[in-house]
Amino acid sequence: MDPTRFTKVDAYTWRVEPFGDMRVPAVIYADEALIEGMDDKVFVQATNVATLPGIVGASYAMPDAHWGYGFPIGGVAAFDPETGVISAGGVGFDISCGVRSMVTGLNVADVEAVKPALAEALFAAIPAGIGSRSEITLSDDEMDAMLAGGAAWAVAQGWGDARDLERIEEDGCMAGAKPDAVSDKAKKRQRREMGTLGSGNHYLEVQIVDTIYDETVAAAYGLVPGEVVITIHCGSRGLGHQIGTEFLKEMVVTAKDAGIDLPDRELACAPIRSEVGQRYLGAMRAGTNCALANREILGHFARRVVADFFPAADVSLLFDVSHNTCKVEEHIVDGERRTLYVHRKGATRAFGPGAPSLPDALRPVGQPVLIGGSMGTGSYVLAGAETSEEKSFASACHGAGRAMSRHAALKQWSGRQIQDDLRERGILIKSPSTRGIAEEAPGAYKDVDAVVETAEKAGLARRVARMRPLICIKG
Amino acid sequence: MTANPASAGTAEGWDLFPHDADLGVRGHGPTLEAAFVQAALGLTAAITDKPIEPAGEVTVICTAPDRELLFAEWLNAVIYEMATRDMLFARYAVTIEGNSLKGRLWGEPVDQARHQPGCEPKGATYTELHVAEAPDGSWSAQCVVDV
Repeated sequence: MDPTRFTKVDAYTWRVEPFGDMRVPAVIYADEALIEGMDDKVFVQATNVATLPGIVGASYAMPDAHWGYGFPIGGVAAFDPETGVISAGGVGFDISCGVRSMVTGLNVADVEAVKPALAEALFAAIPAGIGSRSEITLSDDEMDAMLAGGAAWAVAQGWGDARDLERIEEDGCMAGAKPDAVSDKAKKRQRREMGTLGSGNHYLEVQIVDTIYDETVAAAYGLVPGEVVITIHCGSRGLGHQIGTEFLKEMVVTAKDAGIDLPDRELACAPIRSEVGQRYLGAMRAGTNCALANREILGHFARRVVADFFPAADVSLLFDVSHNTCKVEEHIVDGERRTLYVHRKGATRAFGPGAPSLPDALRPVGQPVLIGGSMGTGSYVLAGAETSEEKSFASACHGAGRAMSRHAALKQWSGRQIQDDLRERGILIKSPSTRGIAEEAPGAYKDVDAVVETAEKAGLARRVARMRPLICIKG
Repeated sequence: MTANPASAGTAEGWDLFPHDADLGVRGHGPTLEAAFVQAALGLTAAITDKPIEPAGEVTVICTAPDRELLFAEWLNAVIYEMATRDMLFARYAVTIEGNSLKGRLWGEPVDQARHQPGCEPKGATYTELHVAEAPDGSWSAQCVVDV
């Protein structure tokens, strides 16, 4: 994008004053190079979001913003409960897609000694890619219990650890879920997908902590240089996709009936107080619980493998974040505390120090913000900054973002060659599909280092640690 | 952009247009139905370039308020059948009457080793959603698919 289209507030804040039907400004947090690298569609989508009824403050875009559908990926928007809307497009198809990281206490030397066998065992235990299934098939009653209970349900079934729950957003169970608002088609699509990773940019990685930026926070998070972390990125699988598909279609029609003039049909939304809006909220929260349960189960599968190799290892959850969500939160707007419906589409909640919802061990230092990179580069753990509240309704970036389309990547790289090259660098990639590996080539992603550095300088979140991959399981 | 080599210079075919995070699917043909069929073939090609046996048949019915939403609904029906049946589809046939569509899909169960499937489609979006008739009477249908 051309930076001159914005008012430059400071080196990391770019603003578009309201024009046309915009009700609030659009604000993008990025440095000049990241702005220049963004597609013009980010400008269009961020300003379109600013036209939606009841939007509060500004339409925000994070440093990893890129062309999405409806909202930009990396978009954050908060809405008034009485006058605002809930948008299926603003949450996205993969409801509550997110990241969890688990610390293992294992030293890298321990893992290097068994790395090929550990990679094979994880690949066998983590169902990945199109057509893969886990050991779990849910009955109708079990499905509804899972949709109401989230990760807490998974723990009760023996597929998780009760200690995890306080380290998952919403304590592992999103309140207000309505399993009855989820269609039979969506439930059918999920029946055999619990405990599966999916494909695309979803992964399970075994990582080494290689850089610490903040020793105090790293210590509070249990991150030790040279120790091994397991990180999982996935979401609500077919159930979330189907909920998104069905409500998008319904909201396109009902938005018109509600008098909402959509600048882009993908922004399909409904008044929060409407019947459709309430039904979507119930279904979306059930989808959130599905994602929380799924990541808990995948974490359990990974723990079982680790226990086979290292019986004494204590694999404990650092945190579990969702980056495709709409949540009811309290924020300060113009000095007044207000309840808002905060959409984060490809953006991570980033509560700063003192946030009441954080567990005791994390509250003094702020919420862990887990940022995925590519399988050849690295990932980051950030901490919500004290300034994130005033900057972006306590939100930060979620990943590197693609620099190249999947098909451009397919033309440029072979999956086998990438596997070989990364093996030379000590990174083992396991996937059922060499095509999938080529589509996810490290070179197809933007520089995650620049994204997180900008997030820190913009005051959204502070860098705590950088990890690099040792083993990556891809769909 | 990736396109069906066999369709170059012919009256019908598909191509995949780039999108930052996901991918765009576009079909074109002499009729509206042909454009819908070609777009579905493009969707299959976005997942695998390996041969798929048209061994089993699945039927879908779709309705929508207008032609463009019907196109998204068609791709979503294909995605749903892929997901719930664990199948990939090699051939498609479509009949459209007003804003209703009947589709026939022929394919086989996905075999990870043989098909090497790449990205998994999650849903057809309304972004870049266009269904249009050209001045020469041919049709095109396209949208971005979340993967």
